[in-house]
Amino acid sequence: MFLLTAVPGLLVFLMLFGLLQKSRAILALKTFSSLLLSSSWHPLKGEFGLFPFLMGTLWVTLAAMVIAVPISLLTAVYLSEYAPKFVREFAKPMIDLLAGIPSVVYGVWGVLMVVPFVGKTLAPLFGTYSSGYCVLSGGVVLAIMVFPTIIHVALEVFSTVPNELREASLSLGATKWETVKHVVLRKGLQGIIAAVVLGLSRAFGETIAVLMVVGNVPKLPKSIFDPAYPLPALIANNYGEMMSVPLYDSALMLAALVLLLVVLVFNIGARFILVRAERKAE
Amino acid sequence: MMASAVVVMGSLLLIIGAVVVKSLPALKLSMITQTPKGGYYLGKEGGILNAIVGSLYLASGATLLSLLLSLPIVLFLNIYTKKSSVLATWTRFSLDVLWGIPSIVYGAFGFIIMMFFGLRTSLLAGIITVALLELPIMTRAMDEVIRLVPEALKDASYSLGATRLETALKVIVRQSLPGIVTAVLIAFGRGIGDAASVLFTAGFTDSIPRSLLQPAATLPLAIFFQLGTPYPEVQQRAYASAAVLTLIILAISLGSRLLVKRFARHRIK
Repeated sequence: MFLLTAVPGLLVFLMLFGLLQKSRAILALKTFSSLLLSSSWHPLKGEFGLFPFLMGTLWVTLAAMVIAVPISLLTAVYLSEYAPKFVREFAKPMIDLLAGIPSVVYGVWGVLMVVPFVGKTLAPLFGTYSSGYCVLSGGVVLAIMVFPTIIHVALEVFSTVPNELREASLSLGATKWETVKHVVLRKGLQGIIAAVVLGLSRAFGETIAVLMVVGNVPKLPKSIFDPAYPLPALIANNYGEMMSVPLYDSALMLAALVLLLVVLVFNIGARFILVRAERKAE
Repeated sequence: MMASAVVVMGSLLLIIGAVVVKSLPALKLSMITQTPKGGYYLGKEGGILNAIVGSLYLASGATLLSLLLSLPIVLFLNIYTKKSSVLATWTRFSLDVLWGIPSIVYGAFGFIIMMFFGLRTSLLAGIITVALLELPIMTRAMDEVIRLVPEALKDASYSLGATRLETALKVIVRQSLPGIVTAVLIAFGRGIGDAASVLFTAGFTDSIPRSLLQPAATLPLAIFFQLGTPYPEVQQRAYASAAVLTLIILAISLGSRLLVKRFARHRIK
């Protein structure tokens, strides 16, 4: 049992080690920074610039967060401070269900509804052309996938704010909204940041749903109506060819390593903040 | 504020509604009783039995393997270690971090393990990868419930002369059975719905796997591969797979709520 318990801790290191070992072949030829900052992606010529994919990930993640953060935080505030009990009881399983829907189903929905809407309605409205397979579609689908993560953590954070603080504020004549703004949000600020970061890292690594709606063109996007090609999509799309072109598998493993490192930093940071906030609350 | 809550709930209904409306008509009896004929990407006949059976094999195997790993871990954390022990804190922290790692990274890692042991894309490789993916979800969910078992209950068991192992298996597991069942179901749902991790490891095939070393088709990949074809007949198979997958997820969500009530009768309150 003791040995088994060490498994989760070791697994993180094993993943890092395994991916590093596999990406060594390409790191021996080129420096890490030149691979990350080069835009030329021509596997047959041995050029593996990851920059367009990195930017693709950033664009889509950013679009998703711009949509998801305000909506999910407001929902969390509503559910924890304003909603009557039966609404809360009703909403919790719904949010759990939203978290449980497989990403490929989100992808199907994106193809069915979001892509045509963005391509045929939204893009003409802004006077541009878009096939609908673009950053914005990816952002919308991703935003909905991130809702449950942010709402869940934020609700937990708000529940650690002591009721005495709320009562003290209300008894001083503050309105409900003033209490929320100056007491609950203020007190929970660190936790809210952690919730957002956790959502961000979820969005960063999401693969299939984004891949299905984002267009996958390895060029730097210039607007939210342009297609993009995020890192996870790159890995998923090319698993078939990667063994037949030299260094291809190594480049993809490097992409996975970059993804893992970014997500690890985000996650460890967020968890650290949460643990500290929890200790303070106790 | 209420509007944003409505947006969140509304999007859930919209997603499930749109997918079900579009995909239910594709769900004919022949669809779920036959394997695809003439290749899953081009053939216009046949159904998705390969993916349904493959997914069930894969998710069941992975969930079982994951349970064998996570139950001892959780029991060890809660009974054999002190609350403030370094090992317990570190393990819980690692599990939280593992939870956040994207499934495509699990896929890549599974692929490395596969190459290391000289396996080909197979049911076994898929099961191992998905089991690792499920491990943090299942362990953390169980941990949350087992932590809530009252200290007095453990003390009562010890005072009757039970060993720590007996207390763990006969008292703690029984007391937190509803939570354990939910954890297993949640993990099963995640396992059956994940596409990125099995893409590298389980492969895809038209036939039903007969051994652990053969590749296996899965529902998420059946959707992903077949939705992209130009043939409407093949796309129908993707929609049918989406319907089956969504129904499985809904059934798990409802089922876990019902089961929790059923198993809760052994609990001491």
